[in-house]
Amino acid sequence: MHAVCEFLLVHFHLIDTTKAGTNTRELIFVRNPVIRLQIFLKRKESNMREVAVLGVGMTKFGISEKSNLEMFAEAGLEAITKSNLEPKDMEALFFGNCLGDFEEGQLHMAPFAHAELGLPLSAPATRFEAACATATVAIRHAALLVGAGVYDVVLAGGTERAAKMGTPLATRTFAMACQAQYESMSGLTFPAVFAMAAHMYASKYEIPLQELKRHMAEVSVKNHRHGSMNPKAHFQKEIAVETVLGGMMVADPLQLFDCCPFSDGASAVVVADAAKARDRVKKPVYVAGMGQASAGPLYVQKDLSRVAAREEASRQAYKEAGLGPDDIDVVELHDCFTIAEILAIESLGLFEFGKGYDAATKGETTFKGKVVVNPSGGLKAKGHPIGATGAGQVTEIVEQLRGECGQRQVEGARVGYVDTLGGDFGTVCNIILRS
Amino acid sequence: MDYTLTFEQYQQGLSRGKFLGLRCEKCGTVTFPSQGVCRDCGGKDLEVTEIKGEGTIRTFTVVRVAPEGMKSPYVVAMVELDEGAWTMGNLVDRNPDEADMSLIGRKVKLGSQVVKSDFTSEEDLRVLTFTLL
Repeated sequence: MHAVCEFLLVHFHLIDTTKAGTNTRELIFVRNPVIRLQIFLKRKESNMREVAVLGVGMTKFGISEKSNLEMFAEAGLEAITKSNLEPKDMEALFFGNCLGDFEEGQLHMAPFAHAELGLPLSAPATRFEAACATATVAIRHAALLVGAGVYDVVLAGGTERAAKMGTPLATRTFAMACQAQYESMSGLTFPAVFAMAAHMYASKYEIPLQELKRHMAEVSVKNHRHGSMNPKAHFQKEIAVETVLGGMMVADPLQLFDCCPFSDGASAVVVADAAKARDRVKKPVYVAGMGQASAGPLYVQKDLSRVAAREEASRQAYKEAGLGPDDIDVVELHDCFTIAEILAIESLGLFEFGKGYDAATKGETTFKGKVVVNPSGGLKAKGHPIGATGAGQVTEIVEQLRGECGQRQVEGARVGYVDTLGGDFGTVCNIILRS
Repeated sequence: MDYTLTFEQYQQGLSRGKFLGLRCEKCGTVTFPSQGVCRDCGGKDLEVTEIKGEGTIRTFTVVRVAPEGMKSPYVVAMVELDEGAWTMGNLVDRNPDEADMSLIGRKVKLGSQVVKSDFTSEEDLRVLTFTLL
């Protein structure tokens, strides 16, 4: 069977390499020729074009004096310039922002971002909001429309000025991403949601809470160590397990250093038809697979030790890419809290359910481990400007696949995974990228 | 199509000491809190039903950093009702500093309390409370 598929693929290659817009290199990646053939035939049948990421841009994440629009202009111009394109070449802007109304009294920011960048009148600017997954959802939709042939070149990303609100207002407005009538009025906060997940995880797998907390602290230590190598990270300082375990309690059992910060920042990427990408950048990065899924409020989801939307989103992404967890070299995933990274590595299939909690302690999620998780420092250390976070993750993976990450470079990374969670597990959006 | 059980009607129920949810005519599943269709089978033929008001704590936390307008510490818990649905509320008869893992699995009785509204609502609202049985 394998030999037959291999034979057919060789013939398809011969036929298809003469056609513009068909890239056969992606098929070399998948080891199983039966699956390779299936992907190849599916793509031909669906008529979707291959999509690439060209230039990427990102401000430093942290505390900024700049407005949402000013930060987005910096990131957007960086992405466009690195694509060897001009603003006038953009055919659409997919713009992410969550809380501009509370941060700056600014709604309908997309057309103003469009003006900041000097995009043409013909390029529509549309706002996306999916809580913390905002920018990833914007980028996925840009890739879908480029793949479908609606646009050739789209700028996608997001901006957020979360730190400006201060902790009490930021805590309140973030909690607006929980179900307003039946859940957030009980004083639910985002740390509280993940705190409840941590308690449920400890209870379900019968892990003593203090033991789980120690392993959670190791996630924070690891991501701070990674962040210390990232000049754009909010926090660039290493910490010790004792720092985490000695921190102020935010929502039992989560302490201050179990939690990511409120950050300001922006990030943007240029998404384009792969056939045109090769003329623009030396090392295009290709979208291998994507997935997105939606779950309801927490009372619908019930088991918070599993993230159902992530299991579905990753299933879609792996299937489209023809890849599995073993093929992933580097991951940027949604570690808004230490327990969140543990839930994510399990839901993505990188570790078995109930077994991922000590991965950081064992060094399996850092350099030279099984798979490098959050080399940028993750949300924990790089920072979490919610409307920009997903584009920041895509930026890191693209730069990893291009070998541009210096001290924190994952050696020989060819396949990277972007995982972003929005709200209280309600949205998960995943993108698999390859060099 | 008329919405079978609105949040406003649910709130009126709470102020009369009743916990209103939905029962699916097709599969019998109890959906609580209310939503557009049956949470189990998607059935659209729903009738308002009163739930008994008892359940089991499945997880909890103590909120120490509260949102603007709220005073910490307080306990938030998720409870699985005897009817099968899960719901969110505040555990009110346990000192937050004594809330620990032994709460998980404990039986509770439902009630409700008034919380001060913020800028999102003109009226005060009722939220679910849990007391240990």
